[in-house]
Amino acid sequence: MKFLVCVSKTPETTAKIAFSGDGSQFETSGVNYIMNPYDEWYALVRALELKELHGGSVTIINVGPASNDAVIRKGLAIGADNALRVNAEPNSSLYIAKQIAEHAKTENYDVIFCGKESIDYNGSEVGAMVAELLDLPFISFANHLDLEGNLATVSRDIEGGIEVAEVETPIVVSAAKGMAEQRIPNMRGIMMAKRKPLSVVEPFDFADLSVPVHFQLPPEKGGCVYVDGENMDELVRLLHQEAKVI
Amino acid sequence: MVLVFVETKNGKFKKAAFEAVTYGYKTAQVLGTECVALTIGNTEGGGQLGKYGASKVYQVTGDSLNSFDSQSFTSIISEVAQKLAAQVVIINHTSTGRSLLGRLAVRLEAGSVAGVNAVPTNNGSFKVSKAVFSGKAIATYEVSSPIKVLSVMGNAIQPEEIGGEISPENIEVNIPNSKIRIKELKTEEGIVPLPEAELVVSAGRGMKGPENWGIIEELADVLGATTACSRPVADTGWRPHHEHVGQTGVAIRPNLYIAAGISGAIQHLAGVNSSKVIVVINKDPEAPFFKAADYGIVGDLFDVVPRLTESLKKFKAS
Repeated sequence: MKFLVCVSKTPETTAKIAFSGDGSQFETSGVNYIMNPYDEWYALVRALELKELHGGSVTIINVGPASNDAVIRKGLAIGADNALRVNAEPNSSLYIAKQIAEHAKTENYDVIFCGKESIDYNGSEVGAMVAELLDLPFISFANHLDLEGNLATVSRDIEGGIEVAEVETPIVVSAAKGMAEQRIPNMRGIMMAKRKPLSVVEPFDFADLSVPVHFQLPPEKGGCVYVDGENMDELVRLLHQEAKVI
Repeated sequence: MVLVFVETKNGKFKKAAFEAVTYGYKTAQVLGTECVALTIGNTEGGGQLGKYGASKVYQVTGDSLNSFDSQSFTSIISEVAQKLAAQVVIINHTSTGRSLLGRLAVRLEAGSVAGVNAVPTNNGSFKVSKAVFSGKAIATYEVSSPIKVLSVMGNAIQPEEIGGEISPENIEVNIPNSKIRIKELKTEEGIVPLPEAELVVSAGRGMKGPENWGIIEELADVLGATTACSRPVADTGWRPHHEHVGQTGVAIRPNLYIAAGISGAIQHLAGVNSSKVIVVINKDPEAPFFKAADYGIVGDLFDVVPRLTESLKKFKAS
């Protein structure tokens, strides 16, 4: 079976977020980058587990500049067989999805995985876009996926519960918590990753339809009002009369 | 024309549905046009969408549409949008909406913005804002395509009574067969899901163990709040994963977030700092969460939480 895992590079979860003075650019200096956790912990690892069960190959795809290669190599060290980078500086989900679909349309992948969302722009759009571009079913926020031949059984998170569905592959799946457990690459994996194929292709032209033009930090809180732990009647009064939330 | 696809659960409308319609109405006002609502599947009470700002309600009914599939719903919504020449299509930023947004953008060749938190502006160009970096910042997006699709974050706007009840009308569209077969649906009844909850009571490692959660559940019960937890608590299995709020869990924006025994790591704050009011209970006065709090109580949560529950009981009874 052929699996494709779409990965993105994001600032690490503890990164302090800052912008240029005019708010037009994300300040990248001093920021450490990681593979988006949902892509790495859940999408990639489940693809590897399914390959171990059913045979086949796991390919990683990323749309980004050469500085993303370190993150891609980590995916190879965790166990992916090969990788493809579309050499671009993307500004929108649609741009990324178009590049991924362009590659995937001739490769006949059985399952295309992505993470449920990236922790930088939080769009959760790329998976749905790739599915639509390839005219495939899309299962979002999957917390479990089993394959038997071409029949996939998927459990997905919905508001206040879960939904279990059956669908024939090929499919696009976005992976959420519960899908798999994080794998730490070992020394052998890291050494092998250096020799695994990472091919680079140029993007095809596509003009963005929706782009971020300005960034700002959330408004500062007015400061914390401390309430005596003995006097919870006072807290209730404040929440009712001042904050008006109860 | 602004088209709002209105979600239902078991044929009924939830508060998020009314939020989306009011958001659609306000967007339509910005563009100088009208707001039309669309329901899919067999629904009850579609006429009330008129109250929240829809000047028309269209419905596409059929038993095969009672379970959701992003592929067939995209086809239906796109066909209606094209038929009515919609300029903006609005959906909720829920699990359903999030599996639709990208598909609709592709199908309609539309620029999209996921999880918008305010009404758009249209002064020369169409702009709308959303939280990015998991709530650590806000970005303004410019959408240049003739048709736009937006998903609205829960609790970003409150439903407003604008008009009166109207009668839903049927609209003829092609209904594709779904390739997905739903086998099982497990939902907890009577609990407001976290992304929609207006009141949330959350607890962390300061609880010392899962057996102590009774005081948190009682506080939530008295308030009518949904319970949540921090990541370490979910990871150690003290509480279910779906309760985990934060950067790699659920991002929420309730009116009131009460956090007990959570220190307030940056990843946790990212998922909750859009809450309107934050109350922090922690015995460590240096806990970083106090910097993000509106109200703070320095004290042992095992004393403070039951006392707060008692005060709330008195308040509710009065």
